[in-house]
Amino acid sequence: MSFTAVASYTAAAKRPIEPVGQYFLAHATRTLKGHTWSEFEKIEAEKNVVSVEEKDADEELFDEEINDPELLAHDPKDWKTCDLYAALGLSKLRVKATPSQIVKAHRKAVLQHHPDKKSSKGGSLDQDGFFKIIQKAFETLMDPAKRKQFDSVDDNADVAVPTGKITNNAEFYAAWGPVFESEARFSNKQPVPSLGDDNSTREEVELFYKFWNNFDSWRTFEWLDEDVPDDTSNRDHKRYIEKKNNNARKKKKTDDNKRLSDLVKRVQAEDPRIKKFKEDEKAEKARKKWEREAGARAAEEAAKAKAEAEAKAKAEAEAAAKNDKEAAKKAKEAAKNAKKKNKRAIRNSAKDNGYFGDEDKAAIIDLDLDALIDSFDDVKLGEVASKLKDVTGDDAKKVLNEVAAESKLSLKYFV
Amino acid sequence: MATIGIAFGNSTTSFATIKDGKVDVIANPDGERFISSTLSYVDGDEYHGQQALAQVIRSPRSTIVNFRDFIGVPFEEINSEYSKYAAHPIELNGKVGYEINGNKISVNEVVKRHLKQIKNAAEDYLGQEIESVVLTVPTNFNEIQKCELIKISNDAGLKVKQLINEPTSALLAHLSNKNQLLEDKIYVVADFGGIRSDAAVVSVRGGIMTLLSTEHSNKLGGIELDEALIDFFASDFQKKFKADAKKTEKSYSKLSAASNITKKTLSNIQTANVSVDSLAEGFDYMSSINRLRFELVGRKVFSEMTQFVENVVKKAGLETLDIDSVLLVGGTSNIPKVANTLSLIFPESTEIFAPAIDSKLPNPNELNCRGAAIQASLIANFDDEEIKESLQPIIINTEHLQVPIGIKDLDGNFLTILSKETAYPIKKQISFESNSDNVEIEFYEGKRSIKETVVEPEQYSDEEEDSEEEEPEIIREVEYLPGTLLAKMSLNGVGSGKNVDVIIQIDREGKMHLTGRSGDVVVKGEITQA
Repeated sequence: MSFTAVASYTAAAKRPIEPVGQYFLAHATRTLKGHTWSEFEKIEAEKNVVSVEEKDADEELFDEEINDPELLAHDPKDWKTCDLYAALGLSKLRVKATPSQIVKAHRKAVLQHHPDKKSSKGGSLDQDGFFKIIQKAFETLMDPAKRKQFDSVDDNADVAVPTGKITNNAEFYAAWGPVFESEARFSNKQPVPSLGDDNSTREEVELFYKFWNNFDSWRTFEWLDEDVPDDTSNRDHKRYIEKKNNNARKKKKTDDNKRLSDLVKRVQAEDPRIKKFKEDEKAEKARKKWEREAGARAAEEAAKAKAEAEAKAKAEAEAAAKNDKEAAKKAKEAAKNAKKKNKRAIRNSAKDNGYFGDEDKAAIIDLDLDALIDSFDDVKLGEVASKLKDVTGDDAKKVLNEVAAESKLSLKYFV
Repeated sequence: MATIGIAFGNSTTSFATIKDGKVDVIANPDGERFISSTLSYVDGDEYHGQQALAQVIRSPRSTIVNFRDFIGVPFEEINSEYSKYAAHPIELNGKVGYEINGNKISVNEVVKRHLKQIKNAAEDYLGQEIESVVLTVPTNFNEIQKCELIKISNDAGLKVKQLINEPTSALLAHLSNKNQLLEDKIYVVADFGGIRSDAAVVSVRGGIMTLLSTEHSNKLGGIELDEALIDFFASDFQKKFKADAKKTEKSYSKLSAASNITKKTLSNIQTANVSVDSLAEGFDYMSSINRLRFELVGRKVFSEMTQFVENVVKKAGLETLDIDSVLLVGGTSNIPKVANTLSLIFPESTEIFAPAIDSKLPNPNELNCRGAAIQASLIANFDDEEIKESLQPIIINTEHLQVPIGIKDLDGNFLTILSKETAYPIKKQISFESNSDNVEIEFYEGKRSIKETVVEPEQYSDEEEDSEEEEPEIIREVEYLPGTLLAKMSLNGVGSGKNVDVIIQIDREGKMHLTGRSGDVVVKGEITQA
């Protein structure tokens, strides 16, 4: 292992290089960015890797192999009834296949099914039925107008409409979502709103149904036309067939529009969100009403309370008045009783005290006492009665004399 | 928005674009791929291309031809010889102009109208707007002429992305077509056009091209051959009818157009007819000429062409032995005799690329525009700033090795790794098989020497009466021998029969990194420039 430098190499000369070609551009890039050779090679290598990976992306979307025996045995004369996408191995992509993907898929299919390939494996050169179909499929799918016609009647791209009863929401979305996704391919307007799920807002749902109720479809049914004879011998017959085709197309188109509108109506009727929105709306309405009437209700309550309070107060007042009356009555009675008692006490005061010794004058005394009692008001009666209560004999006479003096009546006994 | 390549010549203009990775030379609405650079104004109409060229006979003063070389050149310096039979150039503000039907028109305006016609044709063909172009120019176009051309082109609505040299454009087209860009070779690109000829020696090293020398002639081109034919036919006419076909301008133009067609026909077939109604004094002229006669008539021109190519090789400080390939460009290169006479001055090992030798090659007249189209597609995504940056002198001006560098192979011969005139920075690798456990690698500078081999002529024993003794033929070849020893390297324990890689890399500073590698055994070293 050794290295020995012996001499320097001859000096170089400076010359302008020609600024053309990819290698000059590489040189310029290297110089401008200051890359060394190895850095530059690494960057270039990375660029190549990316392009190789990009290439493979399409291939994965194609069918692995085209070997469905039914498809292979399809009569090339009836190629129109054949699944043209499957013939090119595009059964997964269908409407979504781009022209470049179709070209690639066609190349792949031809490599596999070319009659020359078959004959090299021992088959006869006549077995080119499927190859013819591949060629027809390629022709059709590369022509945008024809492709539209075929896509219009491509049943294999349809998603089966659910028939049974749908019990829960998740099932509803899972069953109908794909149906609308597949129908969306016919729309002139893109993008098409999707069915959504439980979380979709009311606007989204309304937009969805608005879109589908006004669906603008490019679907045509020319593909199913009966072949128009192109000979000029029978013009009437030709016109007849053309007319028939036209009518058939129109009818199919009308039927299809009806089918779709029925479908949308059915879904709209079954949509759990619409039910939910309706219920919500009802509840909301009730709530609104409740709120709107709150003022009136409060006023009514207030009035009721007021009336109650008034009634209560009235009852209380009545009760109080009754009590008062009774008390007054009782008091009156009591006063009456007391008066009677007092009157009796006064009247009896003379009798009890043996008419103060003047029993002969008893009648006069009694008359005087009656006159006195008549002149006394209730208070005086009480007063006098209470004075007379604790006194006897002459004291009682004295009390009565005082009272008589006070009364200023002209009495016969008392002075 | 497309970018196309245009080769704007004195006689014809062609333009090309890249379609699906292939170069597509575009035809104008008349179906011409080599559109005559001619404008004609007759009765208030503007004619372009072949239609305009046809007007030369009837309205010579209203038809403008061969005007490209007049761009940006003062009036007194022009060579107006080739406009003799069409509109004469006049002085207009010191520059070149024309007077057409009493109106004065500058050459810039003529070029602008021509380019506009080209632009319309290209847009018709492509169906999209042409945004920018790559234009080819002769290597002797000066800065003023280049600036002027860029300005005119911008005025015509074609933004010039880059001007490239004609020989390199042609070579780029040729090498891209053959996929030989990475083969290190020295080329002579000989462009024989209508009224001028250009030649260049170009070294191609690692895909990068360098002009080693250029040569131009205004006195050499297809028109000289046309004139030789005119003289020939005119003398024939004189003999037959006692009338001078060159006397009037009209008869001259008629004969000139017929001769031009005859010349082109002879490139493809052995015999061509020429027929001119009422050539002069009411006589119709009808004749035929074969290729051999034509080659004799044009002998002087062909030998001038040979001389012209020899000059450019000499100018580069080389001998014809050093030239690896010759690429013939331009309409006149279609003539088989051009390729045949050139092949005589080069050794047999030199490949000559001409349609006469390889009919699969593209038309030599297309090469310039094809190269321009390739360049256009390469820089289509670059913005002006990036292009300007890439064209800075610091990037364009690079160091070129003056002596080849290589190693001594197992037989003691010099094995070139980096050829002479290789621009660096560069990295190159070769591999050989080891023949012993320990490998010695010696790095040398190559020494040019000429090997002479004498080939004895074959003896024709049958023809004994042939008294003339044939001279022995001497074949000379350039070979490189190991010269100055630069460095030595030994790799131990490699094992016999293993692959050994030798890598030479020269960095920007001129330091040479040498690497020898076999499996895990790696030896590195570096040497400097003297």
